[in-house]
Amino acid sequence: MTDNTAAGPDQFDGAASGRPAPKTETADSGPMLAADGRPLKASLNRALRRQKLRAMMLIAPLLIFVLVTFIAPIADMLFRSVENQIVSETLPRTTTELATWDGDAGEIPPPVVFEALYKDIFIAQERKLHTRLGSRLNYELTGVSSLFRKSGRNVDDMGEVYQDQFEDLNAFWEDGENWNRMMATPDWLDDITAWSEDREGSQPPFEMREEVAAVLPETAATFQTFADFVQFEDEDNLANEDPWAIVYSALYEDLQSGADVASLSGPGATELQEAAAAVAGFESVDYTAAFHDVDEDWHDIEVWQTIQTYSPDFTSGYFLNAVDMKKSPDGPEMRPENEQLHIMLFMRTLFMSLVITGSCILLGYPVAWILANLPARTANLLMILVLLPFWTSLLVRTSAWKVMLQQQGVVNDTLVWLGIVADDSRLALINNQTGTIIAMTHILLPFMILPLYSVMKTIPPSYLRAAKSLGATNWTAFWRVYFPQSVPGIGAGSILVFILSIGYYITPEIVGGTTGTFISNRIAYHISSSLNWGLAAALGAILLAVVLGLYWAYDKIVGIDNVKLGG
Amino acid sequence: MAVDSGSDAFVEFDRVQKSYDGENLVVKDLNLFMPKGEFLTMLGPSGSGKTTCLMMLAGFETATHGDIRLDGESINNIPPHKRGIGMVFQNYALFPHMTVAENLSFPLEVRKMGKSEREAKVKRALDMVQMGAFGGRRPAQLSGGQQQRIALARALVFEPELVLMDEPLGALDKQLRETLQFEITKLAHKLGITVVYVTHDQTEALTMSDRVAVFDDGRIQQLAPPDQLYEQPENSFVAQFIGENNTLEGIVKEIKGDTCVVQLDGGELIDAKPINVSAAGDRTRVSIRPERVEYNKDRLSPDAHTLNAEVLEFIYMGDIFRTRLKVAGADEFVIKTRNAPDVERLQPGQTIEIGWLPEDCRALDA
Repeated sequence: MTDNTAAGPDQFDGAASGRPAPKTETADSGPMLAADGRPLKASLNRALRRQKLRAMMLIAPLLIFVLVTFIAPIADMLFRSVENQIVSETLPRTTTELATWDGDAGEIPPPVVFEALYKDIFIAQERKLHTRLGSRLNYELTGVSSLFRKSGRNVDDMGEVYQDQFEDLNAFWEDGENWNRMMATPDWLDDITAWSEDREGSQPPFEMREEVAAVLPETAATFQTFADFVQFEDEDNLANEDPWAIVYSALYEDLQSGADVASLSGPGATELQEAAAAVAGFESVDYTAAFHDVDEDWHDIEVWQTIQTYSPDFTSGYFLNAVDMKKSPDGPEMRPENEQLHIMLFMRTLFMSLVITGSCILLGYPVAWILANLPARTANLLMILVLLPFWTSLLVRTSAWKVMLQQQGVVNDTLVWLGIVADDSRLALINNQTGTIIAMTHILLPFMILPLYSVMKTIPPSYLRAAKSLGATNWTAFWRVYFPQSVPGIGAGSILVFILSIGYYITPEIVGGTTGTFISNRIAYHISSSLNWGLAAALGAILLAVVLGLYWAYDKIVGIDNVKLGG
Repeated sequence: MAVDSGSDAFVEFDRVQKSYDGENLVVKDLNLFMPKGEFLTMLGPSGSGKTTCLMMLAGFETATHGDIRLDGESINNIPPHKRGIGMVFQNYALFPHMTVAENLSFPLEVRKMGKSEREAKVKRALDMVQMGAFGGRRPAQLSGGQQQRIALARALVFEPELVLMDEPLGALDKQLRETLQFEITKLAHKLGITVVYVTHDQTEALTMSDRVAVFDDGRIQQLAPPDQLYEQPENSFVAQFIGENNTLEGIVKEIKGDTCVVQLDGGELIDAKPINVSAAGDRTRVSIRPERVEYNKDRLSPDAHTLNAEVLEFIYMGDIFRTRLKVAGADEFVIKTRNAPDVERLQPGQTIEIGWLPEDCRALDA
């Protein structure tokens, strides 16, 4: 013992480590070969591949299930937070024309934008999409919803100016069949006639005459839109339908811009030439003024700025809204003080989740300690009491707290009876933060106790005995020896409780009142009441990012390896 | 029971009883006196009460009745951390979240010792168990043997006068166990500490201790130095429990001072030394160690009683031969002979005559 050979302890048990593996002859002369002459590595991979494949097939059902039911919906929801195609899809022409407009100049957009708007809204109201767009843009600018609804009702009248003039010029233009004959190929006309008689199979899709499309591009495009809509969206017989008013407007436009109708032959050629000669004398429509007549808000620059800002297919608008900012022509800016809400809600959610986690630790630690140190029989019995809340409906438990904590409730009554509080100053324990914290601490407590218990179960009592035999008092033994070893349990429980509470919804909704609600309640409001799914998705995405960020920070500070759920 | 009572007792159990459930006594009327510097081993099968005694001494269990005294003062009401007793646990109980040096420093810290003094003592203790280079490691990075050395150093670092060891080598392999047995005894004698060592391994008990207390059924069956324990067991339990032992049953025929004649159940007569028998006619269990049986007639006294035996099995074990015989109807009778050139190797089926010196054959309680 006195001769201090440092290698002493090692010679018994450390012999295997640190020594280079004996080299074989094959190792010196190239890669190791298996018995069949292949490289050993390849053989090993081949042998393992089957096992891996079989293992993959075993977990494949679950993997697919998780992907389909968990990852995909979340991804879709998150996608909604930036998706904004509704504006460019509903107003394709307007957004294209508006792209070059400079809103800062203080002037309303040029007439061509209003003309495009007329067509877009006309088609949109036929498809009944204009109200949806209205409510979408209403999130950004109040009043847009009614503006679109009103405009949808009135666009019909605007185009009829041209329709009436064409029809007055020649009765030919009144009839949808004449239009079909003029615009469609003869083959299609035969097909549609045949189909109209027996109605077997699907309606033959409309085929445009190429000559017409070349001479009257705008008319052809508009008519094609009309035909597609009638055939595939309304599923009516195109042969019996009269064209929309905008088809006449388009025709007026084509003719006005000097279409070469003389080159056309076939049905309607003469009527076209007649109309081409007459359009110069037609009364024209000033769309700019017309929209102003519908609603003077159309001459409000802010409306157009909003439409322009939200024209792109993807927008950061929802995310800016989620952090109490908004898009403006000068870039993102804070919303006015009285409209700020979300940051405060996020902070409150984080703060209250921390308080709840803290009180769960304070209440759960002693319980877990007792459970871990009692004889198995008693511990199992008590464990049932801990688990009992799991088997009771969340709603029932929360409602019970509502009964307990209200002003005339059990807790207040007891306090008054004990003389701790006066009858006229009963404590407000519910419909505020206190209520949410009390109820959620109770509900989440098992999630703290269970990991703590399973970690404490693995700490042998001999550690405490050893500490005491070495001279530590009960407190020192606990604090220096037992507590550090239970930290992984606290970590696991805290992560569970914190992450659960940060997204909690039902309990704050019921007992939280106005000051005790979480960001999740706001998300639920936007999903089910205001139907602003984009904002809800953005709030959810931020919440997810915050949780992941905290998880990352936790890993950096505490180390995720130190988290134990048991064993 | 050989108990040396006296005022120089350092550790003293005085009529100590212990019951956990109020119905059964785990420790029944324990009296034990240990002088300072003694290495005493409590040996016994599991459930014999030896660990309970150790825990009562350490203060983790309270005696139901009786007094435990340390250096003359009753420690019944002193909490464990004030007893100043070092303890080594079977599972080492090294704190996993502290390094080796921190583990050793812990008992010094709770004694509010200064930093430089602490470091010096930790270093000395580590060197003492030849683990000086391991101060910065965590217990999990050490092998079982290394961990046990650290546990030992931790129990010694605050210089206790009494160290308790609860089966400290139970989890180690044989070779390592033997090395550590040797080291622990050497260290204990060098430091002059009093050691109470609990084990169920009799070899460990015999090789390490000054005295061994054999526990069974809550009582000390025999308390004696190892050689006495092995050669002069006082009852059948100790004879059976310590070492290998041949047992023959019979009735005492006559007692003549230091020797007696026992008639075995098969009618054969043998010589024995009366230990636990008082009069002719008592039933007795005779115990003979395998290595004390002789089949070379020259070494026996001419008037010795002998038995006929049939060789059943001969096992070559290197240093010794182990031969199983059928003697007086029992076929588990074993003899051991040294592997020496002049020793005859018995063949199965061979019939021999065996005998022994009367003092090697002890007539014990039935």
